[in-house]
Amino acid sequence: MKILVTAKRVEDPESKIKVKPDGSDIVKEGLKYKINPFDEIGVEEGLRLAAKHTGEVVVVSIGGKEVQEQLRHALAMGANRAIWVNHTGPLDQLGIAGLLQKVAEKEKPDVVLLGKQSIDDDQNQVGQYLAEFLGWGQATFASKVESLESDQEKNKVPAVVLSADKKSVQVVREVDNGLATLEVQLPAVITTDLRLNQPRYASLPGIMKAKSKPIEELTPAGLGVDVAPKIQVLKLASPPARKAGIKVPDVATLVEKLHNEAKVV
Amino acid sequence: MSIVLIVAEQQPDGNLRKASLNAIAAGKQLADKAGAELHLVLLSKDPSRLAEELKGTGAKVIHTAAAPEFEHYLAEVYAPVVAGLAQELKASFVGAASTAQGKDLLPRVAARLKAAMATDITGINGSGADITFTRPMWAGNVFAEVKLTTPVQVISIRATEFSPAAGAGASAEVKSFQPKLEASKTKFVSFNEVKSARPELTEASVVVSGGRGTKGDFKEIEALADLLGAAVGASRAVCDAGWVPNDLQVGQTGKVVAPKLYIAAGISGAIQHLAGMKSSKTIVAINKDPEAPIFQVADYGLVDDLFKVLPALRESIQKLK
Ligand SMILES: Cc1cc2nc3c(=O)[nH]c(=O)nc-3n(C[C@H](O)[C@H](O)[C@H](O)COP(=O)(O)OP(=O)(O)OC[C@H]3O[C@@H](n4cnc5c(N)ncnc54)[C@H](O)[C@@H]3O)c2cc1C
Ligand SMILES: Cc1cc2nc3c(=O)[nH]c(=O)nc-3n(C[C@H](O)[C@H](O)[C@H](O)COP(=O)(O)OP(=O)(O)OC[C@H]3O[C@@H](n4cnc5c(N)ncnc54)[C@H](O)[C@@H]3O)c2cc1C
Repeated sequence: MKILVTAKRVEDPESKIKVKPDGSDIVKEGLKYKINPFDEIGVEEGLRLAAKHTGEVVVVSIGGKEVQEQLRHALAMGANRAIWVNHTGPLDQLGIAGLLQKVAEKEKPDVVLLGKQSIDDDQNQVGQYLAEFLGWGQATFASKVESLESDQEKNKVPAVVLSADKKSVQVVREVDNGLATLEVQLPAVITTDLRLNQPRYASLPGIMKAKSKPIEELTPAGLGVDVAPKIQVLKLASPPARKAGIKVPDVATLVEKLHNEAKVV
Repeated sequence: MSIVLIVAEQQPDGNLRKASLNAIAAGKQLADKAGAELHLVLLSKDPSRLAEELKGTGAKVIHTAAAPEFEHYLAEVYAPVVAGLAQELKASFVGAASTAQGKDLLPRVAARLKAAMATDITGINGSGADITFTRPMWAGNVFAEVKLTTPVQVISIRATEFSPAAGAGASAEVKSFQPKLEASKTKFVSFNEVKSARPELTEASVVVSGGRGTKGDFKEIEALADLLGAAVGASRAVCDAGWVPNDLQVGQTGKVVAPKLYIAAGISGAIQHLAGMKSSKTIVAINKDPEAPIFQVADYGLVDDLFKVLPALRESIQKLK
């Protein structure tokens, strides 16, 4: 089984994000970067599937030289090899999905695993664009039924389940008001939700080994994809600040305020 | 005249997803600003009842298609139909509420239309050909103004930022069309619904949420919610632990709510949680830790043990009634 997993570089979710005074960008100084948390979950799921069905995990990231850090992270977790699509400058979903389509057509994986959304732009689109471009089935927001603290989770059983004939996967999805289960023919695109699994830590031997694993370099021109963005981000702004609240000493005061001031009870 | 096409969502129980009414209101606003007509599309096994319900929402035309394949929503089945209709109508904008379905469907429609898309828009700016959208990034720490430069533009709409479309009086014309259905590589297997007698999280005017501070004991949260006719919410920590269904998660990657009153008990207030509740009108935080970040957004903060506060709160509110 071959699994292609994406690894986008994003600001650490713990970072304090501030907008530059001129609204052109965020303040980049002092920020730390990570693999998108959803993508890390994708790498973990890929590794579990590959372990169960003897397969290979190939990880791909699009961006400048610095995205090699995220590729190395995925390799240290256990991915077999990496593909770096070298591109600097803005990219929209059409461009990213177009590049991933070419990579998928080259690699011919059974499954492409992507994060359901990236935590910087929060678009939640690339997986679905990719599925349509490839003409494949999609299962977005893959999750699992058990708690992340369950014994099954601790024993690292994949939540994405391959059928007996190995021609399809069953995926449990987090949707409004519950969990939906789909069966998707392979090859398929799956996007991960937070409750799919708990990613492993990269071990020290894993980190050492990652250093010698290959990273293949590709370019948009080489892949024949026009990535000229169709989205213009014109201006960034901070959200309106909430007016400062107060601390109340006790329940009686709280109820009095809610009743007479806020008029909500 | 150019057209704004909004997808109305039917829930698995056959009823209209309420967030669609908010999306229709946003569609109306967009149509007015862009000098366009508002059309709706409704795919269903039997669309007649919902089409009737949607007649007074300000749309000019409601396009309905009936097929047994529409019973269980599947992106692969719906996307070609919506994209096909958009092409036939020469729609300039296609949109829907950013529900789980909207977020699953619209990018696939956009890909088919070679269109750029903006997710979870909270505002519509400009007029005529110069329309831009406001949307959150970085868990709502940043709001961006974006312009989509493809001939067709696709948007998903954050319901809490638009009041629901209501009785515009004028009756829309209902037009049924015959969809061309494609074979799907995806099959619906099952839907495990979380049933609750309480109001829906995204629609409730009061939400009582619990975090890890509850240690999984939601009895007091639920009792207060029932007294206030409120919905119950939770932080991610609580859902991950399996203490409550995932469906109750409020935040960047859970539900976005904006009730009149949001009560957060035993929730620290990580930015990812705040992203889902910061637009609530009045926020109450109950937390043992006076330094908890939740107090920075709370209108009223109470530093104390939630297991002491919640029963007392219930008692004094009961006395008011
Ligand atoms: C300040 C700012 C200015 C910007 N300006 C522009 C602009 O002018 N024009 C423009 O087109 N775009 C611009 N962008 C970028 C644009 O907003 C998004 O990056 C783009 O729309 C893709 O969205 P996403 O990464 O959120 O995708 P999502 O759909 O949220 O991502 C889902 C998944 O797709 C995969 N993925 C996404 N990106 C990559 C990647 N690079 N490598 C590997 N996998 C990936 C990951 O698995 C990810 O989890 C700007 C962004 C910012 C922050
Ligand atoms: C990619 C990503 C996406 C995420 N998306 C979301 C999301 O959508 N929604 C979300 O909520 N989180 C999300 N998170 C997680 C988020 O960062 C926090 O980890 C989470 O919100 C913490 O939950 P909590 O406040 O319940 O728990 P904790 O941070 O553990 O806080 C518990 C609080 O309870 C207080 N407390 C303990 N006992 C009591 C008591 N007896 N009485 C009163 N107070 C008490 C403590 O002082 C503490 O402040 C996301 C994280 C990532 C990385």
